Amino acid sequence: MRPFEYVRTHDMAAAVALVSADPQAEYLAGGTTELDLVLKDGVLEPGRLIDITRLPLRGITCAEDTLHVGALVTMNELAADPTVSERVPFVREALLAGASPQLRNMATIGGNLLQRTRCRYFRDATVPACNKRAPGSGCAAVRGPARMHAILGASEHCIALHASDLCVALVALDTVVEIQGVDGSRSVPLTQFYVLPGDRPDIENVLQHGELITRIRIPLLPVGMRSGYLKVRDRASYEFALTSAAAALLIEDDTIVRARLALGGVGTVPWRALEAEEILHGAPATRRTFRAAAQAALRDPFTVAGTAFKIELAQRTIVRILQEASGVQS
Amino acid sequence: MQNTVSAEAYVDVRLHVNGTVQALHVDSRVTLLDALRDELALTGTKKGCDQGACGACTVLADGKRVLSCLTLAAQCEGREVTTIEGLAADGRLHPVQEAFIRHDGFQCGYCTPGQIMSAVALLQEGRAGSDEEIREFMSGNLCRCGAYPNIVAAIREVAGRGSE
Repeated sequence: MRPFEYVRTHDMAAAVALVSADPQAEYLAGGTTELDLVLKDGVLEPGRLIDITRLPLRGITCAEDTLHVGALVTMNELAADPTVSERVPFVREALLAGASPQLRNMATIGGNLLQRTRCRYFRDATVPACNKRAPGSGCAAVRGPARMHAILGASEHCIALHASDLCVALVALDTVVEIQGVDGSRSVPLTQFYVLPGDRPDIENVLQHGELITRIRIPLLPVGMRSGYLKVRDRASYEFALTSAAAALLIEDDTIVRARLALGGVGTVPWRALEAEEILHGAPATRRTFRAAAQAALRDPFTVAGTAFKIELAQRTIVRILQEASGVQS
Repeated sequence: MQNTVSAEAYVDVRLHVNGTVQALHVDSRVTLLDALRDELALTGTKKGCDQGACGACTVLADGKRVLSCLTLAAQCEGREVTTIEGLAADGRLHPVQEAFIRHDGFQCGYCTPGQIMSAVALLQEGRAGSDEEIREFMSGNLCRCGAYPNIVAAIREVAGRGSE
């Protein structure tokens, strides 16, 4: 483990300038990903860690049916927000389904978006083949035992999963990410924030080195639109998803007027199921419709022996959450 | 390793632990867990997985339960840290400590400080409404001896729900 310089700053512009000017510098917030990979796994070796936890990026405000959430708000703080419970309850469900109470007190929303994959081959620096860690070296996961891995957006180059629960609900809601760089700020929809691995799995999102997530904007659901988050896992609690689904439905006269659907546990990025949504829009709220949507959502998977079960499991997860959100069982 | 580390790799930090202030000069890489155990001789906080998975190192920071193994000591400047050593007051054990003894909420005892710190926080969070809720909100603390039923019983008792 390489020594690093620890720098604490209360000034956002200074933090962004520091990291932008130093290719060896990285941000440190809740630390639940960063310190794990730096101190324990030795996968990241920053020369400098810039502690941003004292920056004024906290606070949750609501304006014009949009929730503005500071990047340093913790998972537990967001889960406790009354507007979240009332207007986007599946965000709360996803938050509380993730990690443990201790980790949720530490982990920030900005950090949750940027969490690194749990792929064991990526996190084991003694494994030579990992295109995400060492571009061009191959993918050990494709050939070795793999279970907690992705089947959508995956290829022989990389099957590393984006393991966030929260981001599944956020991507379903068309959340927007606010980003600060040295030359100004910009906003990027979460659906365009992540980059599919392709043949460069080391590039995970659109952030340039030094750019900092400052806030996210979560559009609230219309009143009457019901939502839910379902997580299927090997243990009852404190475990990553095998499959998960976030759904929101607005139903009038037994017809689906509006639908939002996203998947977790299956994607190299938090997976918005737009093709499934198209099937749901305007269709009767029946199990038959839900099944058709589920099949559309899992089109063109890339599986290995250990992940092939996820196709059917993910489809059943989708059908179940659509049934729960709609109240339609048959 | 020591003689290759530059001065910038060290950091001065004042830790507020169990009501007293401790000034430290430590390697930037030192976690709160290692600072507590190795610098301050507060060995009640245990190192289990040392990777954020087991909960043995749970302490309170500004009243909230966190994992000290995934927190840098340097990050705790100015924050109030409470460890298992800080729970007893005036020579009397904390009610959660007494309940763990009464209900035999441990066997080997290694995870126990983390379990108790987590339980104290859980009660403050109001998450002891049912056995199911206690289990869910204690899920970040693993016990390889399997003392879970007695841990739940101890927490249930302190929450005032008696035996169910």
